Amino acid sequence: MSAPFGRRLCEVAENAASGGYRIFSLLDREGPAPAPGQFYMLASERSWGEGGGRPFLPRAISVAETAPAKEGVRLDFLVEGVGPGTDRLCELEAGEGVWVTGPLGNSFSTPKEVNPDAAGAILVGGGIGIAPLAIWRRHLVERGIPLRVLLGFRNQEHSGGLDELFCSGDTLCPDVRLASEDGHAGHQGYVTDLLATMLAGDDATSAVVYSCGPPAMLEAVRILCAEHGIACDLALESPMACGFGACFGCAVPKVDGGYMRLCVDGPVVRGDAIAEVAHA
Amino acid sequence: MPELCGIELAHPVINASGTYDAIAARKVFGDELLEAFPFSAFVSKTITPEPRAGNAPQRIWETPAGMINSIGLPNKGLEGFLVQDLPQLAELPVPLIVSVMATGRSEFARLVEAVAAREEVAAVELNVSCPNVHSGLIVGEQPAETEALLETLRPLTQKPLIVKLTPNIASPDAVAVAAEAGGADAVSLINTLKASAIDPATGAPALAAGHGGLSGPAVRPIALQQLRAVRAAVELPLIGMGGISSGADAAEFLAAGAALVAVGTESFRDPRAGSRIAKELETAMSGAPARVRALDLQ
Repeated sequence: MSAPFGRRLCEVAENAASGGYRIFSLLDREGPAPAPGQFYMLASERSWGEGGGRPFLPRAISVAETAPAKEGVRLDFLVEGVGPGTDRLCELEAGEGVWVTGPLGNSFSTPKEVNPDAAGAILVGGGIGIAPLAIWRRHLVERGIPLRVLLGFRNQEHSGGLDELFCSGDTLCPDVRLASEDGHAGHQGYVTDLLATMLAGDDATSAVVYSCGPPAMLEAVRILCAEHGIACDLALESPMACGFGACFGCAVPKVDGGYMRLCVDGPVVRGDAIAEVAHA
Repeated sequence: MPELCGIELAHPVINASGTYDAIAARKVFGDELLEAFPFSAFVSKTITPEPRAGNAPQRIWETPAGMINSIGLPNKGLEGFLVQDLPQLAELPVPLIVSVMATGRSEFARLVEAVAAREEVAAVELNVSCPNVHSGLIVGEQPAETEALLETLRPLTQKPLIVKLTPNIASPDAVAVAAEAGGADAVSLINTLKASAIDPATGAPALAAGHGGLSGPAVRPIALQQLRAVRAAVELPLIGMGGISSGADAAEFLAAGAALVAVGTESFRDPRAGSRIAKELETAMSGAPARVRALDLQ
């Protein structure tokens, strides 16, 4: 389904702290429900580039969850303030307006769509990148597709979203396992340690891996999957001015040469379609 | 009704080359794009003789009130454009202007001949911000190169030839005079301003290409002055652009002598910016006089 043409003003329903992150919800009266993996271009109506400063361009943010609202759909976003745009989004107050364009980009494919022999899914999220995996996890659960979820965080300060996005009732969903570099939750180390252990087991070989997180983590996931001959869908990030194919800024090198535009050819990319996930 | 070299247009707002991919936008937004097409004419991304992949990332960088880009003109080349893109662009509800660039006069001629011969194409824009492989000089930075290029291309078509000026020289008006002397039908300005950014995280240039072109409201006063200078120097119709993001901005460019305005970066922030600005412009031109500001320092 195509996105409504143009940007529209949506109202902030709420914005609350979640660990070191924020989760804010927008009420979208016009747009269709997004598919897991899709994103929106967001800019606050007020104090966004006014007076000639930054932030100037809208920010591409993956949707973390959605639900029907009394009018339209509710859109939930997980954000961490790491620059002028995300800082401003963190400050959103209920009742103010946000310019929204979307839903944009492609979405995750089910395990069987990726590989007819695949029985289940392994979701691997890192930091703020857990967001699109939350909505994807719900879709998979609703379709009865077996799954495991591995989530990692750098430390307590750079973590959040678990209670709101990955808990059933008051407890972490039983399919979710955690890792943290500082050891504050779950395995002390990288989330990719958990993935490596899982892929070494027999039962994981018929799964498809879905991942979103920092570039170095995604590259580790891509390599692990390639080594084990397992297909993976990676939700990537790239600097992006427009989100609809106009600016050509979000170029990602393709494995067979040339570039794709992540906004219209992604943000979900098959692991074997790229030579590597560029990382510092 | 505004017009450009005899091409009638519904309103005076078109897009800047390379800032709107109508084919990709139609896939994203569906046919609503055609029903509410934001521009009164569509300018294609620049076409080169052979396909180009474009520059390695990082390609864009946000700046105060603007952005720097070094995209590197990715395109399918002349044959790919004619076969794959032109039929789709022909479905747009507005006249089509095709932007072309080559590094030699004979290659430029091949592009202009092939593109202008197509009935779907209303006009050709010449992107002259490229080096001539023979002289090594950037054509659009040299009045003599520009005039010689126009003299080569002018006999090849009756269709309007628009020269897109570079702002990265001391006297763009001298190049505009040369374009007029060579037989150009119109001039568009400004292209982006050469600019750099340093990534604070690494201390290295933020863009992989080292530098890029600055656009957005940050460049608007510079664009306006270059437009005034060129207006004073030539009789040709001018397409003014550079940071236009509202009807009030567009009105300034028209007041300074532009026949049309083009919108680029603002479309990234608002995919319907073209039609919004056209509507705001209509209100600005027909309504009460704008509030007078003696000093714009409030």
